Amino acid sequence: MIFLKFLLYVWMVLVLLGAFFYAPLAKGLGEYTRVMYFHVPMAWITTLTFLIGAIYSILYLRKKDIRYDYYSETANQLGLLFALLATITGSIWAKMSWGAFWNWDPRETSIFILLLIYAAYFALRSAIEQQDRKAALSAVYDILAFVTVPFFIFIVPRIYSSLHPDPLINTQGKVTMNGKMQLVFFNSLLAFTMVYFWMLKNKLEVIKLKMKLKQLES
Amino acid sequence: MIKAYYIFRKDLLQEFKTRFAMNAILLFAVVTLSAVSFAIGTFTARQEVLSALLWIILFFSSMSGLSHIFVKEEEAKTADTLKLVASASAIFLGKFLFNIVLLFLLEIIVVPLFIALMNFNVQNYLLLFFTLFIGSFGLAGGGTMVAAIISKSGAKGALFTVLSFPILLPVLVSGISATKIASQEQGWMTAYSELQTLFAFSVVIITASILLFDFVWNE
Repeated sequence: MIFLKFLLYVWMVLVLLGAFFYAPLAKGLGEYTRVMYFHVPMAWITTLTFLIGAIYSILYLRKKDIRYDYYSETANQLGLLFALLATITGSIWAKMSWGAFWNWDPRETSIFILLLIYAAYFALRSAIEQQDRKAALSAVYDILAFVTVPFFIFIVPRIYSSLHPDPLINTQGKVTMNGKMQLVFFNSLLAFTMVYFWMLKNKLEVIKLKMKLKQLES
Repeated sequence: MIKAYYIFRKDLLQEFKTRFAMNAILLFAVVTLSAVSFAIGTFTARQEVLSALLWIILFFSSMSGLSHIFVKEEEAKTADTLKLVASASAIFLGKFLFNIVLLFLLEIIVVPLFIALMNFNVQNYLLLFFTLFIGSFGLAGGGTMVAAIISKSGAKGALFTVLSFPILLPVLVSGISATKIASQEQGWMTAYSELQTLFAFSVVIITASILLFDFVWNE
């Protein structure tokens, strides 16, 4: 496992170097386009981790095992963190490219709503004392919120014209990047995903230990 | 299904005895409407602003009344008896039916008042009517479900709006957009994608609510 950790470290360093020095610039665009190598992985991990959180919520409702509630809370915590990072990196892009950090583009609106939803999720969690009730209600809210997420990510930006460059999953299904850019981009995507899974694994391990401790105490 | 109707009738009769939710929601709407009307004053606002204001009034007035339907069961400690009488989905449907009737009542009173007071020109009344009709299903579906969650948690009043707002935002966004179109032109085609979103959202949120309600109710 230690070996894998070092491998991840070297990989991330290579990705960072590649993003700043190796990848060529897109034609006609400035240095600020390099934020793409960080912004897109953040946005992708946000979607992924909210999906994982929702799956754990469903598992909780089916199995009624309190462990899954902790897992889904953890995944959503990480989701909030990555959504914030995606917002910040996107804001930097917006400042350089559109002239303002924030101007209510449909994409910006949808990520803002995503932040609001999961902030409300944690507000709900903090409002309930009883543990199993907290788990069940927040799981239901999580699933309810998650079914509305596609409306923000896919439908609203399609209806209202957005200045946002085509997302990775676009309607034409093509990638408009040259070879070197693609190499760095997909490596960055994978490396950040691995970092995310490593973070998630560590947090889940802590939860397992805490539960074991509680068992020993009682 | 017949049980859902009985629940709906029981709530309706109960409502006519106290008229709590009805008074709260209607007075809230009238108060907001007059506040907006005072604020805008004599000069007329643009149609875009007016259609946004109409939906904001509708949204926040419904937030003031929709949660009552479940909170009152918890306060009167009648929720457990209700569990014995009917299945969870029947209860949800009954409560949902009541909330949607409440919303229609609100719209019947507020929308004509709004049009008269704010000098809101509507070109396509049928489109406005249709938007409000589908929008109400989404609002009532999401609102009823969040009300159920709220009634089971400790904090009742404050959290309801916080939890509902992000979930119901697709209704608000496409509702405002469709209302704007109804106020500006005769045609239907430009509002097609907005109506589609409203309809899809209502179906998704009501289905998800019916499936999930059991876990909230029998918790």
